[in-house]
Amino acid sequence: MRPGPRRSLPWLAALAGLLTVLVIACCAGKFPLPPEQLLRALLARLGWADPVDATVDTVVWNIRLPRIAAGLAIGAVLGAAGAAYQNMFRNPLVSPDILGVSAGAGLGAAAAIFLALPLVAVQAMAFAGGLLAVVAVYLVARSVRRHDPVLVLVLAGVAVGTLLGAGISLLKILADPYTQLPSITFWLLGGLNAVTGGDLLAALPAMLLGLLPLALLRWRINLLSLGDEEAAALGVEVRRLRALLIAAATLGTAAAVSLAGIIGWVGLVVPHVARLVVGPEFSRLLPASLLTGAGFLVATDTLARTVAPMELPLGILTAIVGAPFFLVLLARGRGHR
Amino acid sequence: MNRRSFLSLLALATLCSRSSRSLAREGGVAARFGELPPAGRVSRVFAAGSPAAVLACVLAPGKLLGWPMRMDAAARALLPAPAADLPFLGRLSGRGSTVGTETLLSLRPDLVLDAGSVNPLHLSGAERVWQQTGLPYVLVDGRLEDHPAQLREVGRLIGAAGRGRELAGLAAHILDRVRAEASANRDEAPPRVYYARGRDGLETGLAGSINMEAIEFAGASNVAAEAGSGGLTQVSMEQILAWNPDVLLTQDAGFARRVRGDRLWRSVRAVRNGRIHVAPILPFGWLDGPPGVNRLVGLPWLLPRLYPHRYPGSDRGRLDRFTAETFERFYGKALPAALVAAAADGEAG
Repeated sequence: MRPGPRRSLPWLAALAGLLTVLVIACCAGKFPLPPEQLLRALLARLGWADPVDATVDTVVWNIRLPRIAAGLAIGAVLGAAGAAYQNMFRNPLVSPDILGVSAGAGLGAAAAIFLALPLVAVQAMAFAGGLLAVVAVYLVARSVRRHDPVLVLVLAGVAVGTLLGAGISLLKILADPYTQLPSITFWLLGGLNAVTGGDLLAALPAMLLGLLPLALLRWRINLLSLGDEEAAALGVEVRRLRALLIAAATLGTAAAVSLAGIIGWVGLVVPHVARLVVGPEFSRLLPASLLTGAGFLVATDTLARTVAPMELPLGILTAIVGAPFFLVLLARGRGHR
Repeated sequence: MNRRSFLSLLALATLCSRSSRSLAREGGVAARFGELPPAGRVSRVFAAGSPAAVLACVLAPGKLLGWPMRMDAAARALLPAPAADLPFLGRLSGRGSTVGTETLLSLRPDLVLDAGSVNPLHLSGAERVWQQTGLPYVLVDGRLEDHPAQLREVGRLIGAAGRGRELAGLAAHILDRVRAEASANRDEAPPRVYYARGRDGLETGLAGSINMEAIEFAGASNVAAEAGSGGLTQVSMEQILAWNPDVLLTQDAGFARRVRGDRLWRSVRAVRNGRIHVAPILPFGWLDGPPGVNRLVGLPWLLPRLYPHRYPGSDRGRLDRFTAETFERFYGKALPAALVAAAADGEAG
């Protein structure tokens, strides 16, 4: 179906909204920076204006822009992965960490912080932990044959997640309360304060690789929401498609989490918001979730770095902003299914 | 070497070459990233954590930009004037930072000062701050025995060389004195100490814990060493009764008062014999919290409490006067008699 003028209106509105969020995010920050100075700093690096003060250049190019870019990428990945999972599991309460990717990443990061390994190792262990947890869940679920495969997958995810959560709690108890414990706690609440451009570049390939299958297979993913048997009747190889989807969503989410820590709510709420606007069809839901997720995370992160004198963990704000917003939408959006 | 420190060392060895180049120890400085401005031009120092803030506060209170931890009015009242009114800014500690990177830059510090455990995680966090902001970063090793070198070297770096030398001399004198005292008791068994932390006193430091450093340095034997080595831990009342320590140390006067009326605690030897001692916590903890140069004031206070038989009457008075002098030289304020007395109020009497 070709998007007519009426159909493209929400998309234009979403893009305009995202642009507005980006402009506000660029202008807001703890370092006082008038708009014309910000513009000069942006143009100076591109060679279109005279060089600016070194500190201003650092603030714009080393801190603010990488942070906004990371917010965009992570929000988009979490939103898209959430949409794919909710579609695949045919359950609106599912979020990308249902199969244990966040818990695995959390345990990996907590272990690295506990062992006082360098930051690079913290990120690598978070990424590996996330992947391993989902692989474990998938293998366990596959070895169970008697039940509904989707249900088994979710239950295995919950069980493995609980186990990994216990490991995290144990490390928190053993960690040094002055230095390690705050690091672990903050990591588990997520945040973009420490993200650098280099980190983002390192994580970006995995994120894109995770998004690609979702975009390419959007029509078949749509059929999964009909149920396994009907999808199979329509010629979808359900098991292989599901494995591929889990791999893609996990890869993207693990990369996002290794970069920013665990950021709750985005993967759960964003697909709902997108669904309320564009409906449940996956080929429209995916780009809508991508855009909404990116905008939502950049907006929340802008709040995280401006509203309080101290830096607020992102996970706290996504919940504070996301939960009431979600409840309002839920109360008003009676018409959707 | 336990497995944890071995893994840390392994990771340290694999750190990139740039870091290892700056790892060369110069005095108390464990690592520095970036070009430091000439000492005379350093006038704005951002303290990354509490130990660094105490260090900057005693060396050059006028150069400290703010506190990484919350400071109450009672603590502020005992600080040198410029440091007493400084705002709370938040700490800088890798993922656990509460100060935003932009906030840090907007304060326009000449350098970031950090003191504490030197491990690969901390080092890579420091290096990243430097890479991201371009601010020079100095990381000093926070161990008790490094304090003289630390005071001298950091004093030199931030343009307070004279003050640094003065305090370094005092610190070295205190450490020598306490070291001599600790090794003098080879013939007698060292006092077995339980260090009670937390509201209920059931939190304590294991062997080698940074929280136990001052107590262990003074030659006491930490009863919790039996439970292993590492950081802080929770223990049970039953465990404390089994250890039956000779001396009970705490920084919580309220806890000490409760202990006196508690039947369980009263059956512990230390409490029965009235050997429960409350270390003052103002302006910073005398035994730990933060584990910084503030502990140097606590060491001479600790000696007569650990070895009462060596300090009869006038000797104890002389040592307490020395503690008061040390306090005054560090913080520039006279030690209020009420401070030690108020702490002692909780002690058995």
